[in-house]
Amino acid sequence: MNTISEAWQWLTDSAHWAGDDGIWHRLTQHLVLTVVCLLLSCLIALPVALVLGHLGKGGALAVNISNVGRAVPTFAVLVLLLLTPIGRWGEGPTVVALVLFAVPPLLTNAYVGMRGVDRSVVQAARGMGMTGRQMLWRVELPLAMPLVLSGVRIAAVQLVATATIAALAGGGGLGRIITAGFNLASTPQVVAGAVLVAVFALIVEGLFEIGERLAPGWARGRGRTG
Amino acid sequence: MTAPPDDCLARNEWICGEYLSTRRQIIVDAVLQHLELTAVSVLIALVIAVPLAVVARRWALAAGPVLALTTVLYTIPSLAMFSLLLPVYGLSASLVVAGLVLYSLTLLVRNILAGLRAVPDDTRQAARGMGYGPIRLLLTVELPLALPAAMAGLRIATVSAVSLVTVGAIVGFGGLGNLIYTGMNTYFKAQVLTASVLCVVIAVLADLLLLGVQRILTPWTRAVRS
Repeated sequence: MNTISEAWQWLTDSAHWAGDDGIWHRLTQHLVLTVVCLLLSCLIALPVALVLGHLGKGGALAVNISNVGRAVPTFAVLVLLLLTPIGRWGEGPTVVALVLFAVPPLLTNAYVGMRGVDRSVVQAARGMGMTGRQMLWRVELPLAMPLVLSGVRIAAVQLVATATIAALAGGGGLGRIITAGFNLASTPQVVAGAVLVAVFALIVEGLFEIGERLAPGWARGRGRTG
Repeated sequence: MTAPPDDCLARNEWICGEYLSTRRQIIVDAVLQHLELTAVSVLIALVIAVPLAVVARRWALAAGPVLALTTVLYTIPSLAMFSLLLPVYGLSASLVVAGLVLYSLTLLVRNILAGLRAVPDDTRQAARGMGYGPIRLLLTVELPLALPAAMAGLRIATVSAVSLVTVGAIVGFGGLGNLIYTGMNTYFKAQVLTASVLCVVIAVLADLLLLGVQRILTPWTRAVRS
């Protein structure tokens, strides 16, 4: 209990919130990092998954490759990139490592969603004379939307959680508070930092949950493939 | 005074045979620690997850809290998880194991529960009609039929655990993660690359091993396909 009250004291000390090492600054870094990486990985994964899902070809390969990708520790990718020329470019390694990390759930969910669309509906659309492009945008994508969005949700929460690892390699974000705590051998600071990150991740999960409840019917759904 | 040897270690190359031969013992120790941490955590998680899933299957009231709790645990970032457990376990290997157990729990409970729920009602009633009691029904009918789903969860949990062990480097018990961490601080490229590759190799081998076990344990799934 003592550690918890000390961690609470650390959190409520206003000196820890201000400045370049302060909580606000780290929180902003964390948020920016997460949003940038989420957008980039959506831009990479979703078009590929939608096109492959529409064509019905090569998807199994893409899903398998991205599943193998999960076996690669993000921390290892981060450090490997740090030692290459990309490492000289500020947050470059972190962004690349996190994007690689977020692509698999996005790709798998979007592809599975596209393939899960009832074939008879697709055939009906074709019978109505829709072109491939029209079918993709007006039939398949709307029906696949719940799974696509749940992929985005999984990716977002995992990104928030994993962005902390950037701190191990000298990057910014809330993880920095934890690693700094380890270096100072200050357990209260470590615990306080951990609580901050956990709360942030839970808030993001909660926001997606609320968004899902408020969303129009076609975007709702609880389908998750992980 | 002798000139420093001009081998790949001195030139700090990515791929270096010298490194493998001169540091063999360090690498073997790290691999063993990695395997031990992964195996112990996944096994403990499995021992906890099976009863939890069975309870959640039997009593619908228990399912909500069990799933909610394990999901919240999964949302907590790995670095934060290790930090939150720090006051309880101190800087020890049990800290890493405890963190990994909590992570694996979510995946295992979800998959085992999904497997148990997928057992057809007819099958259960047939077994009951044949005079099976609840325990015998569970052990000889429900659990075997839930095996494919449970094994899928076990494979994902194991692969994630292999990659998460590396984060344990922050408390000094990260297996190959330790090599990556020290390699990062000293810009030792060969060490970082070797350890990262070994991580992936371990994950892939563990996945294949479990796939093999699954095929041996569930011969009926193969017969149906042809």
